[in-house]
Amino acid sequence: MKPLLEVRGLTKLFGDGCEHCLPGGVPLDEGNRCSRCGTVVGCGDVSLEIHPGEVLGVVGESGSGKSTLVRLIHFEHEATAGEIFLNNGEAAPAGQNLLRQSSFRQRQVRSRTMGIVYQNPYLGLRMQVSSGGNIAEKLLAAGWRNVSEIRRRASDLLQRTEIPVERMDEPPANFSGGMQQRVQIAKALSNNPQVLLLDEVTTGLDLSVQARVLDLIRNLQRELEIAMIVVSHDLGVIRLLCQRTLVMRYGRIVESGLTDQIFEDPQHEYTQLLVSSQL
Amino acid sequence: MNLKEWIGRKKSNGHPDRLDYNYAFLDEVSKREIRRKTLKAVAIPGYQVPFGSRELPVARGWGTGGIQITLSIVLPEDILKVIDQGCDGSVNAVNIKRFVNVVTGVKITTDTREATLIQTRHRIPEEPMTDKQILVLQVPYPEALREVEPSEAVTRRMHAEADYSRMWLFLYEDIVKFDEITIGYRYPVTVNGRYIMDPSPIPRWDIPKLHMAETLFLFGAGREKRIYAIPPHTPVVPLEFEDYRFRVEDFKGKVCDRCGATDTYLDEIIDDIAGRRLYFCSDTGYCDKRCRR
Repeated sequence: MKPLLEVRGLTKLFGDGCEHCLPGGVPLDEGNRCSRCGTVVGCGDVSLEIHPGEVLGVVGESGSGKSTLVRLIHFEHEATAGEIFLNNGEAAPAGQNLLRQSSFRQRQVRSRTMGIVYQNPYLGLRMQVSSGGNIAEKLLAAGWRNVSEIRRRASDLLQRTEIPVERMDEPPANFSGGMQQRVQIAKALSNNPQVLLLDEVTTGLDLSVQARVLDLIRNLQRELEIAMIVVSHDLGVIRLLCQRTLVMRYGRIVESGLTDQIFEDPQHEYTQLLVSSQL
Repeated sequence: MNLKEWIGRKKSNGHPDRLDYNYAFLDEVSKREIRRKTLKAVAIPGYQVPFGSRELPVARGWGTGGIQITLSIVLPEDILKVIDQGCDGSVNAVNIKRFVNVVTGVKITTDTREATLIQTRHRIPEEPMTDKQILVLQVPYPEALREVEPSEAVTRRMHAEADYSRMWLFLYEDIVKFDEITIGYRYPVTVNGRYIMDPSPIPRWDIPKLHMAETLFLFGAGREKRIYAIPPHTPVVPLEFEDYRFRVEDFKGKVCDRCGATDTYLDEIIDDIAGRRLYFCSDTGYCDKRCRR
């Protein structure tokens, strides 16, 4: 079976690099910042695969490059090196390295096949535009041109994410943090994405709201069979949602495998530290 | 001393044919630059081409974009018409047409059919134009996306990537709030299926005239330093939803008080003494012609 999303050797350096650290940034044992030129490895030689309907976790401390990885896949940063393939018929023909495509093509691929939920709803939502409008924006980008169809789809999504439909025309600025996060999820799901990127979605929410958001994500994932990349520093979230997990440190993957295996029998010393320091 | 006296004085100085400025006021290099940018604009319908906007004896924002295009393409045998909001007789229109006449000697008319070159502010003439004519439109704000994005760098990227979802979102929000699209003039259009373009502040009434027209439309924004164009036979489609269609102004039951026209764009005028509402054709040249018939 072919993986849905393939990432090979993805590298992002912040800085110009020097003779000491090129190519690919400083070696892992020196951390992520070159002591001579100050170039930081945001993401170093990361490779991963996701199959349709699979949930992949990415854990690591803050600054380990988790969010950078997700944003590279969402074409928000320009990668220094690497390849991304999306094996999905019409939107992105197989064997085409998406990182080498024009930003016009990348935008098309993104608006047809991807969804993203950020930690901070202010990044993913327009706070002054109505919630329905936020969802509509994604649909409009994917070429929807019928207002009543857009509104039907938006209210359906808001219902699923447990936002009262009568508040559809209110801006998210009026909502609580948990509700904003659910609007973001509704927006991300609106174009029926094949890949959903979740970047620290539950961080900053209180525990009961966290549980509801996680429940929602898990139900939607089972129902719609979306492939997801879940980024979190919260091991509980990863254990709950993900079948496979990558552990990142200093922008590099230090360990990868089945989630259970990683938590029960961590091999890398950093993973051991991470697992043992869980409260 | 006005310009005419000044020119007359120069003539009486023993150089009867020589004037102290170039034909059509601008120097040849400037005209060539503007023509080159105009050609580029014609080659990429709806794309805003930056150009080196020249100083003119009128302040930027007073039609200098249109004047520069007119000056750079006008031929001695052209017949020029200039209108301002449909009116041939307004101060701005009269001044521009006198200026071009003085610096080129071209003939001037108020008849749309007779003119070969028409410069206009905020209207397209009512009478259909032909492939022998060029319409030059003055543009105050060339960027259609400015309403939703203040940064020029960002709007350029949005155009490059055809990232127009925010413009569409603007229309969607309008419908949610008011149950219709409330843009009255400067109605955004998609040109040739690619660029979203600002058609200058013409009323919605004039938008359909841009679609698959016989005439070349040139748009000049002197202050904002942009030229863009709609070549003949180019599809120009106003932004609309399948269930919320674009529509033009409705003048049902209203008649021009002067010429009796029922199929033209009407201006509403309140009679100060009687307090009556009166309607007149906005296109005065056409109205005069109908009155003479």
